Amino acid sequence: MIDAQDLQLLEHVQLGLPLCSRPYAQIGANLDMPESEVIERLTRLKQKGLIKRMGVIVKHHKLGYRANAMVVWNVPDDLVKQLGGHISRFEFVTLCYQRPRQPQWPYNLYCMIHGKDKATVLQQLEQLVDCCGLAGFDKEILFSRRCFKQRGALYRRNAQALAHG
Amino acid sequence: MLTPLHKQLLNDFQRDFPLTERPFQAIADRLGVTEEEVLSAFNALNDQHFISRIGPVIPPNHIGVSTLVAMAVPENELQAVADKISAYAEVNHNYEREHRFNLWFVLIASDDQHLQSVIEDIEQETTYKTMQLPLLNDFFIDLGFKLDLNND
Repeated sequence: MIDAQDLQLLEHVQLGLPLCSRPYAQIGANLDMPESEVIERLTRLKQKGLIKRMGVIVKHHKLGYRANAMVVWNVPDDLVKQLGGHISRFEFVTLCYQRPRQPQWPYNLYCMIHGKDKATVLQQLEQLVDCCGLAGFDKEILFSRRCFKQRGALYRRNAQALAHG
Repeated sequence: MLTPLHKQLLNDFQRDFPLTERPFQAIADRLGVTEEEVLSAFNALNDQHFISRIGPVIPPNHIGVSTLVAMAVPENELQAVADKISAYAEVNHNYEREHRFNLWFVLIASDDQHLQSVIEDIEQETTYKTMQLPLLNDFFIDLGFKLDLNND
């Protein structure tokens, strides 16, 4: 499904395309891989879903989206998939995951909302709760405060894994 | 500060970036500008830190293993504990959040054994317990993020 050369290619390309006329040729030159093979492999990885999207990765905060909330819900396990699918369709939602409950933490459904300020995020959350029928479930809203570390590139050869946990 | 070209590049090319020999030329053709103008605009966006890069978004847990980790740390120790955690190469994001569980970070590793040993090291070094919240299901189809750039 994914071979060593795919991994090597991902490792390079995830650092960002060089801003030049033929970026795939330049990446290929570093890997001793023809430009056409770079393009072919990336196209295949995207078709297979190993690349979720290929494109510009913006810096929300710098572009005026100062507020970021992680919202967690405790929903019945048999509803989590349906609700997750519904939540992830909203434009302001930037992540939507199921995670296991823990003894001090009863929540199993997570989403991330980015907005220009807290008030906007809370408004959007209200919209989400109304539209998805989430009003009856316990939730917590965790706004981000300080960012201690935010690595741009997600996959590293040594770590061999990808972001967002 | 942002030109109409900048705004188009920020909003319209977060996904389906051309996988062709000259992708910036393909974008230029679509927008009716030159390849040089597109490259120089991307350089400007990069220099001003409006974009982190042009590249792939890779779904979690397809290669290697990862987990979200939460800790409850006294406020006066938070910066010091966070710095210790950020120093680990396996730590990806590391954020303060407004909650009793106030420190949230993502760990990535090649396998579960390595992941668990890093968590043990972190607990020993910081003396605080961790709560592991690995991903079970990813519902999110990433189509990029629609930016409202009208105020710029």
